[in-house]
Amino acid sequence: MTQHMSPPRDDTGKATPTGQLPFWRGLMAHLDVRTLSLLGVLAALVVIGGVTKPDEFLDTRNLQLVLTQASVIGVVTVGMTFVITSGGIDLSVGAIVALASVWATTVATQDYGFAGILFTAVAVGVGCGLVNGLLVAYGGMVPFIATLAMLASARGLALQITDGRTQIVTVDQVLRLGERDAYVLGIPPLVMVFAVVTVIGWLVLGRTTFGRRTVAVGGNAEAARLAGIDVRRQRLYLYLLSGLCCGIAAFLLIVLSGSGQNTNGNLYELDAIAAAIIGGTLLSGGRGTITGSVLGVLIFTTITDIFALNNLQSDVQQIAKGAIIVAAVLVQRRTASTT
Amino acid sequence: MASEPPLLTMSGITKAFPGVRALDGVDLDVHSGEVHCLLGQNGAGKSTLIKVLAGAHQPDTGTIRWRGEPVTLRSPSAAMRLGIATIYQELDLVEHLSVAENVHLGHEPTTTGFIVRGKAARASTARLLHRLGHPEIDPARRVGQLSAAQQQIVSMARALSHDVRLIVMDEPSAALDPDEVDNLFRIVGDLTADGVAVVHISHRLEEIRRIGDRVTVLKDGRAVAGGLPAKETPTREVVALMTGRNVEHVFPPRPAETPAGQPVLEVRRLARKGEFEPLDLTVGPGEIVGLAGLVGSGRSEILETIYGARRPTAGQVLVSGSPLRPGNVRAAVRAGIGLAPEERKAQALLMLESVTHNVSVSSLSRFAHAGWIDRGAERAAAHEAIRELSLRPDNPSVRVRTLSGGNQQKAVLARWLLRGCRVLLLDEPTRGVDVGARAELYAVVRRLATEGVAVLLVSSELPEVLGLADRVLVLREGRVVHEAPARELDERRVLDLVMADSPVASEGSPAS
Repeated sequence: MTQHMSPPRDDTGKATPTGQLPFWRGLMAHLDVRTLSLLGVLAALVVIGGVTKPDEFLDTRNLQLVLTQASVIGVVTVGMTFVITSGGIDLSVGAIVALASVWATTVATQDYGFAGILFTAVAVGVGCGLVNGLLVAYGGMVPFIATLAMLASARGLALQITDGRTQIVTVDQVLRLGERDAYVLGIPPLVMVFAVVTVIGWLVLGRTTFGRRTVAVGGNAEAARLAGIDVRRQRLYLYLLSGLCCGIAAFLLIVLSGSGQNTNGNLYELDAIAAAIIGGTLLSGGRGTITGSVLGVLIFTTITDIFALNNLQSDVQQIAKGAIIVAAVLVQRRTASTT
Repeated sequence: MASEPPLLTMSGITKAFPGVRALDGVDLDVHSGEVHCLLGQNGAGKSTLIKVLAGAHQPDTGTIRWRGEPVTLRSPSAAMRLGIATIYQELDLVEHLSVAENVHLGHEPTTTGFIVRGKAARASTARLLHRLGHPEIDPARRVGQLSAAQQQIVSMARALSHDVRLIVMDEPSAALDPDEVDNLFRIVGDLTADGVAVVHISHRLEEIRRIGDRVTVLKDGRAVAGGLPAKETPTREVVALMTGRNVEHVFPPRPAETPAGQPVLEVRRLARKGEFEPLDLTVGPGEIVGLAGLVGSGRSEILETIYGARRPTAGQVLVSGSPLRPGNVRAAVRAGIGLAPEERKAQALLMLESVTHNVSVSSLSRFAHAGWIDRGAERAAAHEAIRELSLRPDNPSVRVRTLSGGNQQKAVLARWLLRGCRVLLLDEPTRGVDVGARAELYAVVRRLATEGVAVLLVSSELPEVLGLADRVLVLREGRVVHEAPARELDERRVLDLVMADSPVASEGSPAS
């Protein structure tokens, strides 16, 4: 399913009467070419991983690890997808994750236990999103600049809070969420959070007035304004949403690492943007897909895992990621010009 | 001239865009050393024709000969290599670069093909500016700091920096003072004396008399007259060629009597400084009121101000007696006003989206429960709305960008029909709409009026205003100069009214 809410159609954009089609064509009509090709890439990666390291890669623990690692950046990417779909950008997501994770793990906050940590992480994320949103929507600042400023300030503040030290989490309830005992049917709680955020994001973007307005603002802000949409308020909400996702991601990271560090979330902004773009969200706005973004995240995380299992250096990983981004965008340009 | 082939011969040029046949078999020939004027109303095809000539558009059919040899102008640089330079109405200068850098953009003088010789570029630019009678423009100055007239000169200098045989000028005098126009014409005289040909597009008949040698008149994508002598052809004949219709539009009949009732839309002393003077108007239920005037007379600005997209400096707008919050689009939409803006693609449509999403965008909350859209109900309602306007194809799922101009306009109207608006503001409703599809749009507008909607119509096509509206307000320079029932007016009378004291010869031409 795609998020741009088109009715059944094939990749040429023509309406296809689904009734008399064979089953696979009917399925094709619902899964557009882009989603299929992402699934194909992911399948190929799984095959590569299974062939090169059959024992380690396909091990349940490894798959749980891949999904857990995908969860943190995945939640950030869902928020980012909304912002990009509206024609904006949020460069501050990594810094917000860092700030939220350290603020939520100070000694003072940890005194309030589980609820204190969760609440602080989310509140800091939403607060930073509020500042971004106000600057962009009502301050008339270019999103790139406003969120770049937030990136710098939030990282600085995170460093100031921690003084560069790792803040260890001592609240058992939080730590327990990351342990194997907490897995439900083999699924880590973190992955469940990611799944819930994904489903909610997918529904909101595709099925609600909020999602529709997001797409309209990104597709043509002037037309949206003249159609009676409150474009500025919509933009404010979108940065709030991105901040909220960062807060949730910060909490997941705290659970995962059992600590808060000012270096957390490093380069998340680039990973999230890259995942959204290879997923099929238009950087210029007007089209976004949560499914694509999540597949993008899974592809990147799987590559990292395969490379690590095969003892390849991270510089090789970076090169591979870069090549994938270029390839994905070239493929999209081709499909865009032929449809 | 018979012995030598013309410098340029275009024959049978056609060019269609989705839904519009912009050029329909146009012939044009231009000789060295002549000033050939192109005349026509907005949408007659002048811009498309010069874009074909500049290599920016490829014609669908037709041939172009250059000095008798058939040529293909694949790109602007191909046209430039032949010696065709175009000065567009919208100047295409890079504001952050200097005058010299702009003039030599793309063909900078270099050493070893790489290092730009700035000094040489500035020197040759200074020579060109001198030749153009503007030695006071500093080649090192940033273009953004120059006046509009000076920028025009820089554009000219850029054209002349190539070895140019033919210059196309799209309304070069529109932004110029009379003195500067004199200077421009002196330059044109020098150029033609050197054997350069000039294709001159203007709406000002008196300019054409002054510098033109021959005139070609375009209308609805056809050359209705080619190569008329510019100085001898009577004005009456030229205007008749431009305005006379070879396609007679069928306008829907007006109701026998305008339905009485409280005015739905009331505008009281509404003004925007520098754009239009305090304006009063009322539109009753079921009434179509037309605003006639030149581009620049403030027509579009009036509509956008009523709609709240621009903030008025004075006055108020009332819908069914209640005043609207000024400068607020959402207040206007909530009160029941809908706008079909002039630039449909830029201002109204979500081009990547389906017809359904385009139609429902102003009524989303109606299909939503706690923000959750009932997509079935949405699609059904959009389908009903487009069916009522006989939008084709009869499928709300197609993307709006695949529709023709007329059907895209219907999608915009369907948006307001679905919203149930009481006031409809139409700005150039048939721009970019095929001649054949216009009659259908007219019928749609009249039907909406019959259902009680108050319609305020702006169009640069006089026959449209006179044929469709019940009552017409004539605007000149932001002021209403005349008001009358449409049946008491004709084209000639309105032209007289809008052009009094103005050097402009047709409706739809810029007064500025």
